[in-house]
Amino acid sequence: MADAGESLLRFENVTVDFGDVRALDNVSFEVRQGETRIILGAAGSGKTVLLKTAMGLNPPSQGRVFLSGDDITKKAEAELFDVRSKMGMLFQESALFDSMTVAQNVAYPLINQKAFHAMPRDKMVESVRDSLRFVELEQTMEKYPSELSGGMRRRVAIARAVVAKPPLLFYDSPTAGLDPITAHTIMALIIKERDVDNTTALVVTYRYQDGNLVANFRYNSGSGRLDQAGTSGTNTIFMVLREGRLIFEGGQAELEASSDPYITKFVKRPEKNAA
Amino acid sequence: MLDKLKGPIQEIQEFYQLTGRALRNVARKPHYVDDIILQMDSIGVGSIPIVLLVGIFTGAVMALQLGRELQQYGQTGRTGQAVSIILVRELGPVLTSVMVAGRNASGIASELGSMKVTEQIDAMRALGTDPIQKLVTPRVIATAIMLPCLTVIGDLIGMAGGFVVGKYFYDLKAVQYWSLAWRALGWSDVGQGLLKPFIMSFSVSLFGCYFGLKTTGGTQGVGRATTQAMVWASVFIFVLDFFVGLIFVNGGATV
Repeated sequence: MADAGESLLRFENVTVDFGDVRALDNVSFEVRQGETRIILGAAGSGKTVLLKTAMGLNPPSQGRVFLSGDDITKKAEAELFDVRSKMGMLFQESALFDSMTVAQNVAYPLINQKAFHAMPRDKMVESVRDSLRFVELEQTMEKYPSELSGGMRRRVAIARAVVAKPPLLFYDSPTAGLDPITAHTIMALIIKERDVDNTTALVVTYRYQDGNLVANFRYNSGSGRLDQAGTSGTNTIFMVLREGRLIFEGGQAELEASSDPYITKFVKRPEKNAA
Repeated sequence: MLDKLKGPIQEIQEFYQLTGRALRNVARKPHYVDDIILQMDSIGVGSIPIVLLVGIFTGAVMALQLGRELQQYGQTGRTGQAVSIILVRELGPVLTSVMVAGRNASGIASELGSMKVTEQIDAMRALGTDPIQKLVTPRVIATAIMLPCLTVIGDLIGMAGGFVVGKYFYDLKAVQYWSLAWRALGWSDVGQGLLKPFIMSFSVSLFGCYFGLKTTGGTQGVGRATTQAMVWASVFIFVLDFFVGLIFVNGGATV
């Protein structure tokens, strides 16, 4: 495993309540630079809430969230816009803006984030093109999201999340509702993004095979395919949420060795060279 | 008892917070001028056909009924006067606002509601934009500009509808109808005729945005938000009409 990098995100006893419903219950963890965290959990276990809390979209009821050592818990919405520019998020249903073209969707963070206000237009167009080329959808720039398939929309949303080159990325159920081939393409893109731009990521999923792929494969820029990672592996940590509580945090071997019945339901021992 | 009141009080508080932030943003940067123009086209220009249809038939039916009553006193010639006062003071603003509420408060609620349930509102916040600045304020400004304009169109076409009925059913002359209709109107009538739709426009846009942005529960929730927006906007139009009318009636009595 790689050396521990600087702390990018820290949850300190975070609890999130929606009325009488407790979505996150006293969750604490720390994400260091270069790590990929796979967050497993059943529907309603608080996975999405965790990501949204990390982005400052849901304020915690108790506890504190730190981004690069900076406490974002009490920040006003206007201050949070700057904080969020350091993060990119792929939403569960892609959340592309229906009234905008693919190019306008991908350009949205560049147009609206303060850090890019001085960016010349031709440079912006180039960044959008690069980002769409990364997800192999350069030809769809002038199309509207409604003209794209579910998998293509997910890829455009990845392009939008990475266009501003944020150091921290959140993927909310990136493979949910996709066929196995498209799901593999999406996971391959997430691995490619990690290995090309060396980003830190939190990947929320209910499919263990997604985590297995991230933990054991690397992007080969020469062949453009995924290769089995060497003995050093990848800097991947697994977390398991159950009814808002963090019940496991550790490496893949520990996860697979766990005898917790909830965890074993997720962890089906897959063939590691299945990719 | 207190628990039962908690929900409605919280909703009122949330509505006032949204109203405050939307109005405060009018003076704050960034201004999304493109969105304001787009909404003016959608809310204003898009509502012209319905305002024309409702206006012409309202004026026509008023002339038909009033003309018959006035005939009993030999005052058919005053039809234009009666039609113009009722239209400009009351029916023009109220009916235009209710029509726009039916078309746009529900339209705004369903559009924003769909964006909410598909996480587009969260995406907007995540990508560096304040949804109230980007979505609510342009709709509030566009409705506040366009509703008085639509009311003027509705008033004029209503008077024209009244004239057509007056001419063909009661043999009124054009000069007689239009000169009385024009002379009947004072500044106070025109003032309240324009102030009412301006104030009512906030009911249309803010209820549409409020119920849209608090949508939960998928597509079923969008349907619910649409209905609630239209019902509350329409009810408040009549409430506001009464209070603005009250101010002008009392003010008029002292002048």
